[in-house]
This record gives sequence, C-alpha cells and structure tokens, in this order.
Amino acid sequence: MISFTVNGKPVTVEDPPSTPLLWVIRDSLNLTGTKYGCGMALCGACTVHIDGQAVRSCVAPVSRAEGKKVTTIEGISPDLTHPLQQAWIEIDVPQCGYCQSGQIMSAAVLLAENSAPTDKDIDEAMSGNICRCGTYPRIRRAIHRAAEIKTQRGAK
Amino acid sequence: MTEGFAKKSPTQIALVVLAILTVCLPALAQQQAAPATASNSVRAVLAASATAGSGYKSDAAAAQAAFNRAWTVFNSPRCRNCHPSGDAPLQGEDSHVHIQDVKRGADGRGVYGMRCNTCHQVANLPGANMPPGNPKWSLPPAHMKMVIQGETAGEFCRQLKDPAKNGQRTLAQIIEHVSSDDLVGWGWNPGDGRTLPPLDRPEFVAAMKAWVDNGAACPQ
Amino acid sequence: MSAATEMKRREFLKAGAALGGGLLISLYIPEFVPAARAADPAAKPVALNAFVRIGTDESVTVISNHSEMGQGIYTSLPMLLNEELEADWARIRVESAPVDAVYNHTVFGIMMTGGSTTTNSEYDRFRKMGAMARIMLVGAAAQSWSVDPQTCRAEKGFVIHTSTGRRASYGSLAEAASKITPPKDIPLKDPKDFTLVGKPMHRLDTPSKTNGTAQFGLDVYIPGMLTAVVARAPVFGGKVVSFNADKAKAVPGVVNVVQVPSGVAVIAKGFWPAKLGREKLEITWDEGPGTAVSTADMREKFSALSKTPGLVARKVGDPATALAGSAKTITAEYEVPYLAHCMMEPLNTVVDLHEDRCEIWSGTQFQTGDRAAAAKVAGLKPEQVKIHTTLLGGGFGRRANPASDFVTEATEVAKAAKAPVKVVWTREDDIRGGWYRPMWYDHFAAGLDASGNPVAWTHTIVGQSIMTGTMFESFGVKNGIDSTSVEGAADILYGIPNLQVDLHSPKNEVPVQWWRSVGHSHTGFSVEAFLNEVAHAGGKDPYQLRRTLLAGQPRMLAVLDLAAQKANWGSALPAGRARGIATHFSFDSYVAQVAEVSVEKDGTVRVHRVVAAVDCGQTVNPDTVKAQLEGGIIFGLTAALKTEITLDRGRVQQRNFHDYPMLRMFESPAIEVYIVPSTEHPTGVGEPGVPPVAPAVANAIFAATGKRVRRLPIKAEDLRSA
Repeated sequence: MISFTVNGKPVTVEDPPSTPLLWVIRDSLNLTGTKYGCGMALCGACTVHIDGQAVRSCVAPVSRAEGKKVTTIEGISPDLTHPLQQAWIEIDVPQCGYCQSGQIMSAAVLLAENSAPTDKDIDEAMSGNICRCGTYPRIRRAIHRAAEIKTQRGAK
Repeated sequence: MTEGFAKKSPTQIALVVLAILTVCLPALAQQQAAPATASNSVRAVLAASATAGSGYKSDAAAAQAAFNRAWTVFNSPRCRNCHPSGDAPLQGEDSHVHIQDVKRGADGRGVYGMRCNTCHQVANLPGANMPPGNPKWSLPPAHMKMVIQGETAGEFCRQLKDPAKNGQRTLAQIIEHVSSDDLVGWGWNPGDGRTLPPLDRPEFVAAMKAWVDNGAACPQ
Repeated sequence: MSAATEMKRREFLKAGAALGGGLLISLYIPEFVPAARAADPAAKPVALNAFVRIGTDESVTVISNHSEMGQGIYTSLPMLLNEELEADWARIRVESAPVDAVYNHTVFGIMMTGGSTTTNSEYDRFRKMGAMARIMLVGAAAQSWSVDPQTCRAEKGFVIHTSTGRRASYGSLAEAASKITPPKDIPLKDPKDFTLVGKPMHRLDTPSKTNGTAQFGLDVYIPGMLTAVVARAPVFGGKVVSFNADKAKAVPGVVNVVQVPSGVAVIAKGFWPAKLGREKLEITWDEGPGTAVSTADMREKFSALSKTPGLVARKVGDPATALAGSAKTITAEYEVPYLAHCMMEPLNTVVDLHEDRCEIWSGTQFQTGDRAAAAKVAGLKPEQVKIHTTLLGGGFGRRANPASDFVTEATEVAKAAKAPVKVVWTREDDIRGGWYRPMWYDHFAAGLDASGNPVAWTHTIVGQSIMTGTMFESFGVKNGIDSTSVEGAADILYGIPNLQVDLHSPKNEVPVQWWRSVGHSHTGFSVEAFLNEVAHAGGKDPYQLRRTLLAGQPRMLAVLDLAAQKANWGSALPAGRARGIATHFSFDSYVAQVAEVSVEKDGTVRVHRVVAAVDCGQTVNPDTVKAQLEGGIIFGLTAALKTEITLDRGRVQQRNFHDYPMLRMFESPAIEVYIVPSTEHPTGVGEPGVPPVAPAVANAIFAATGKRVRRLPIKAEDLRSA
C-alpha cells in the first residue's frame, strides 16, 4: 500500500511498488490526461509533478511518490485558467494533442522558475518532450505568451 | 563541502572530501549491494597502503604510468559521459550528446523540468537503454566541471590536482573519493547493456594510489 | 501530367461525379441516418440531416465523418457547415460519425481519412448540409409565422422575419424543421460572402487538449475491460510454433494468455502486468523467409536495379537520344530508408465482443475497412459492428492500415479472451511493427544543353509497391505501376522536353504503407536535390533555374517567388549559413520552401529557419493550414536528419526514441508560412509540407559546404570538417 496525494486528493494504491507511476495514475486512478509514449523517459508525454518537480512517470516507480504531492495535467488548474492553458488556447498549439499534457507539465516548471524565459531557456527546458505533429514553434510562442499573461496577472 | 559530495561521476569521483566520506562510507556501502563487494576490496587496498606508511616517494615515471593506467577508467564512457566538455552530458559507448540536450545547471543536476532525477531514479532501471540511476545522479557543478571529454591524461591529471579546479581537495581526499564514493561506484554497476571500465574498481584505486604514492606527477 | 496523375484525376472526377457532384440529398435525410437518433432525451437533439443535429437546448452538433488526428478537421468541417447553417459558433460541438455509407469519402467511396483529401472531399458537401438544415429551419419558422420563407433570414442561431423583426431560435424550431421536406436544390454562398471560411478560427478541440480531457483511444476504459499486449514474431511473416506461458501467468495481474494469428497475447488487469507477463513468455517461432531480409543487402540490390530499365511510368520526347546529344551529362543516385510513422499515441484498440454484436473504440483513419475486418473475425455482419472513432494521437497514414492490422488483431484477442479488452502496442511494438514507408533508390541522369539548361531527364525508381495486394490495387496500380511509387516524379511540373521515369517494384516480407506524403516523401527529396545538381552543373542559380523551368506553371511559380522573396533569396547571411530552395507539387497543392542551414565542425546540421509558401486553393481555416505546414516541415526534418529503420537478417534494429530519434525543441527551426490567396477548390495541406524540406536542407548544405547529400537521413560523419 502506497499513499500520496494526486491533485490534492489523498490516494492509497495497492500496485506493487515498482509499478511505474504512469500506470498507477492511468489504470488504477483512471486519470487519463497523463500519456504513455515510450516507457523509457524519452518522449515526456507522461510528465507529472512530484512536489512541484517534473518527473517522467513512465519510469518512476510508484514508490517514489510515497507521501508526496503528485500533480497531473488535470490538476494544473480547475478551469483552464493556468497561463499556459490560456496561451495554448490563444495560439492553438495542439494538433493531435497527445503530447500536450506533458508539454504543459514541463513548461509549468519552467514558468514557475523563470518568469521571462528566453528562447534558449525554452530549448533547455522543453527538449525532453517530443511532439510528432511538430508544434514546437507554437509551443515556443505560447510559453513566451504565458509568461506575459503571468506577468500581467501579477501586476494587477 | 557537502555540495561537493553531492556530485556525480568519476571525475567527481576524484573530488569528494575524505572527512565526509569517512563518515558516509558505511552508510553508502549499505545502500548499494553490488558496490559493497568492490568497497570491501577497496578498503583492503587502502588498509595495505596505510600499513605501508604515508611517506610519498617521488618517482615521476612510476606516477605517470600509474595515472595513465587510471586514465583508461576516467576516459571510459562510464566516467567520461558525465564529464563533458560542454554543458550537456553524453550517452552511450560513442559518447554522443544526451539526446534531450539536457543541461548541467548551476548545481550539476539539470534545469527546470529537465533535472537529472526527472528521469533518473535512485537505482538503475532494468532493460537496455533504460535510464541508469543513483541517488546522487548528476554532473559536476558549473563552477567545477572537471572535464574528461577531449582532454589528454596529462591535462586531466593537472585539472584533478589543481585545488582551484578540484574543490580544494587534497590527494588523500581524491583517493578516498575514488575509493568509496557511491556514484563513482556506479561505473562498475552501470545497468543492463553498458560496458564496464577497463579496470575493476580495486585495480583503479590501486593505480590512483600508486600515482599518489609515487609523487602524483602528471603525464605530459 | 503523368499517366499516373492523369489516372488519379480521372478516377477523382468520375468518383466525384458519382458520389459528390450530384449530392443525392435523400441519402442524408434523417430517416436514413443511423447517427441521427437522439441519445439524450432531455436535450432532444434533432437530426436535420446526417451531418448536423440541433438540440432543443440550442446545441449544434456537427457529425464528422473524418477522423481528427491533429489536422484540425473537427474545426474545419464545422466551419464549412456553419458557413451556411448560420448557427451561433459558440454552440457548435463535434461528434465522430458511425460507419455508414452516408459518411463515405466522396472520392474513395469508403469511410476513411487520408491522402490530404478531407477538405477536398467535404468542401461542397458540408456547406450543402449546413444550407439544407438552414433552409429547413427557415421553412419551419416561416410556416409557424405563415410568411414566405424568402422574407426570413438566418443569423447566429435565429431565424428572423426581416420586416417584423420576429425571431425564433434554432433550438425552438428544430423539431418542426425536421418535418420539413429537405430541398432538392441547395444554392451556396458566393465565396466572396464567406464569413467563416477563410478566416482564422480557434480550434474547437484545443481546450480539451490542454487539460487532459481529450479522449484518445488509449483513454477508453469500459466496464470489465482487460488490457493486452501481444508478443509478435521477431521477423515479418513469422509464426508461433509453440509457447509456454507458465511464467507469464505467474505474474500478478495476468489473467490469461492466448494465441492469436499475429502472436501470443498476454491479458491482464492493466498494461503493466501485461507487459511484465509478456517478458516472461517463452515462444518458439517459425521465422519464415523474412530472415533473408537485410537492408544492407537491399541497398546493393536496389542500387544495381536502379541502373537497369524498369516499367515506364512516363515518357516524353526521346530522352535517350537527347541525353546522347547533350553538351554535358550528369548522373546521381539517391536513397532513403524505411521509416516508421511513430504517432505519439501508440496503436491501440478496445473491443467489446458479444455473440450478436461488437463495439470497437479506436483512433482509426479507416473505419469501413476496419469494420469489415472486425466483422470477419467476429463472425458477424458489418452492420453488427459499431466503431467509435476516438481522437487520434497522430495518424500520418499508419492508422489507415489496408489490412486493418491493429483492429483485426484486437478483435482476435477479444474473441480468444472472451472479455472486453484493450490491446496496447508499446513504442517498441510500433517501431518494430512494420507497415513502413518503403526504402527507395532513385537513379537519375540529366543532359544539359550548351547554355546549361536541362534537355533530358531520366529517373529510375526502385522500391516496394504499397498498393499492390490491397483493396486499392485496382484503383492505384495500372500496368504494374503503383501510382504512389512514381508520384512526384512522373508528374513533375518542370518543363524538360525529354523525360522518362521508370519503376522497379521488388517484393519482400517487410510490410509497407503510406507514410505522410507517401511517394512524395522520397521523390520530393530526390527530384529536388538532383535538380540542384543540374543547376550547379549548368552554372545556374537554383532558384532561377526553377523559375525558368516553371514558366508554364503560374501557380507554382507564384509560390516559388513568394518563398524566395520572403526568405530574401540571394541576400547575405551570417558566415557559415546558407540557403537551399525546393518546390514540390503534391496532393494537388503547390509548395515551395527555403531552408537556412549551417553545418558545425563535427558535421551536425543546424536548420535555423524555414520559409514556406503554399497554394492550396481556398483555405478553410488559414491558421490550420499554417499549422499543417509547420508540422509537415518538422516531420520532414525528422526524416531528413534523424531516422531510419534498418533490418538485419529480418530483425528490425531500432526500437524506441533513443535509436529512432525525433526532432526536438532545441533542433526546431523558426518557421514562416505564407499562403497564396486563392478561390480554387481546396486541395491538400496535411502532407504537402513534408516533401520539400529535405531537399531544401540538402541544397543548403551543398551551398554551405560543397558536399552533396544524396542519402537520408543526413549523417554528421559525412559532413564533418574537423
């Protein structure tokens, strides 16, 4: 039995401790926004936060979450108001959309730590997430835009 | 000092401080089953060396030969890959740049959502090409890069000995680090599908010890 | 026009006349429409035809007969429909259509998504369906007000009687409207009056793709569902001889292990135990003749074959004589490898099979074929099989499988498991699973006249046929020539007076399939890169030579000029950088691209900027057109710089993104897309962005380094300077 919180809700799961967190989130907790893409931490589609830090849930054993706060894409805002969600919608970033949960979760850490990321910062923060549809130019624009939105909100 | 301990791989290996390691060694040995055997051997080497006395000889040729031997380990992919000349770690037997172009970061542990432990766990994951792991998985920090990639044995040796570049480590502290650091030990327990360094750890430590004992002269 | 293209055009026109041109309105009226039945009695959705339902709650549901795989069709089709319906855009919802003949592609005659043809197929039909519904709504309002429908207008979800200002909402009129006889003649707006079509609109599916609620096939969970992974033969065509599942069954969570035609399925209470169980299977395989396939050998054989005459796909003038009489001749050989599609969502399908019915959830591009295939396996009639098309986490052609491989297999597993089951492919299964873009060799010879202009051009192509042996063979293979093997080569737009294109179609066990831009994915590269060799040999600027050769092609010429102008062709660049240019005509669209590239000392290619211009006829959602071009360029760059599938003794050598790497953010160039305004019938945008980027990059590399790239992916070791 492993206990942690997911998006603020306490959960206890019976999966073996070595089970990747991804499959616990999807198959046991039925939160399907977190995606399977490679199973080897190569594509970033499965990115979640553990205590605010980005983690590839496809390779992180669920034991790593014990006692910690896990945030998935479903928990990033209750109502599409996260600056990244707003920017993603404004710029129409997604195509197929499958990788975008992971993209946003990676970008969220960037934005939390850097309120005005440069293109170089974006390269360094986002190159662990693959988008096969090729939305990189829009992701880049949207992160810049989200930083603006965040700054504007902060100024209010 | 403790931040130095938090470092990563082989070069770094050369860095952590004796005092800290003395305290930590038993705990580390307990943590990792596989390196424990190596650590035992290492301790035997250290014990032998202690009985032999601490007086350094000054035999430059012998020291250089010993360091060249140790260099084959430093310059193996297991050590070199985390001691890059740039700011991205390397991967594979061919030491290609880490395909996500992961960055070192100030503390050697990555940046933003691309921290080392975003992907690397506290232990190796089973399966070829799966992320290797260690509790201390990281690169040397930005202020002390301890570069292996592209260096010659001599260049690296001078870097290793330079207190300004090695975190003010003494030779004894360097020996202790390569002998007992947990992350250094990962090089001999690298997970599925990765080659081992050309020397085993006791041989490597013995070479380093011989280098120090013979006056720690660097190859040209 | 090449024979192949002419054939396709003829087929297109014939099929269009039969299926799309006349619009048999009776096909679309509610009583014949299975999708039209109300699902939610409270809201009372009322079907006005097969493509739109109006709810008494004012909701407007557009039924999409095409799969949303990223190309934005769940927004573009509603835009077309609502251009005429005049509903409140904020009320529009989209639902995927069930399988029914009414939803067949207007050209292909089956329900499917592919060939960059959706907008082309639906441009008229969706507008007519919107207009039909509007006319019925107006008719219902006019009836209730006892006025002439001509005195009413429709606006933002209301019918308004112009002279009195009386208003009735679509929701309030829906039931009455459904009883109005649909009109036979449906006039459509003049494009100059468009208010939606051609205007950039936000995608309807974006919000759900930013908060985790978008439902892909992998996200389908139904009661009692188990998860399966299948151990497939290590060599294409291999069969199970025997297996021992004792250790697999001992894995906690594994429920069952069953043999299916494609291998051995491990069925478990979730993906992870299924995968662990599969690792414990002990299987003896009969690997079959596929073990003879090694790409290293194929390269030699293809290369030799490319220097021999093949079946003639197109011949203009007398190329042999012209070559012999040329002032200068050059030859070159180009090659590209097998490629996997690598959609980010690995293949998967959920099957709930009962004695008398079967329900399937899948992100598929190929509903009619998949339904027939599943019915065959299940021993049911196609009508007893219901397919729910989920969102697709990428398609790129792979989910329109001519053998319905992933749906067939999932149905086999469900049948053997006697339980609802989701079959999941791992990334390794996907990359090693075949159905690749074929490996191709292209051998060229060109003859130049004394002033450096090409007067003769021969091109011999070697590669497996995609369509032979599929249901598309009669449509796409004529006289041994698979039109997709020679597209982009036999129909080049350049005015070269003597030209011949030959084809060899060797066979082997490796299954091949359409991969975003299909044949154009190799001909775009080889033709455009070789054309640069011709330009160089003749001492011409690559852009100017193209201008000369495109004199009779005003649409391509306009696109070429626009790209060159926006990229500042000819202007100075920072040291070490150079430009390359390419055009390509595919899926009836015209594209030109200019790539700006530098090559590092270790041979690493950096693509800094790509400028693209496109003429795809009337755009529906211009922002989507731009997005598709951007995506096509990134997709093409991955093929140009990164990926190849190789086989050794039948075994695929790659398995995941570490050895089949995708382009990443730090490697992604700045991209600018410019659209040439047009009111021509819309043409493809999903694929045409792909072909020109590899040659544009290769040509830029030559400009930067003097080194010719004739093989993809481009390898750093070939370009190393230090």
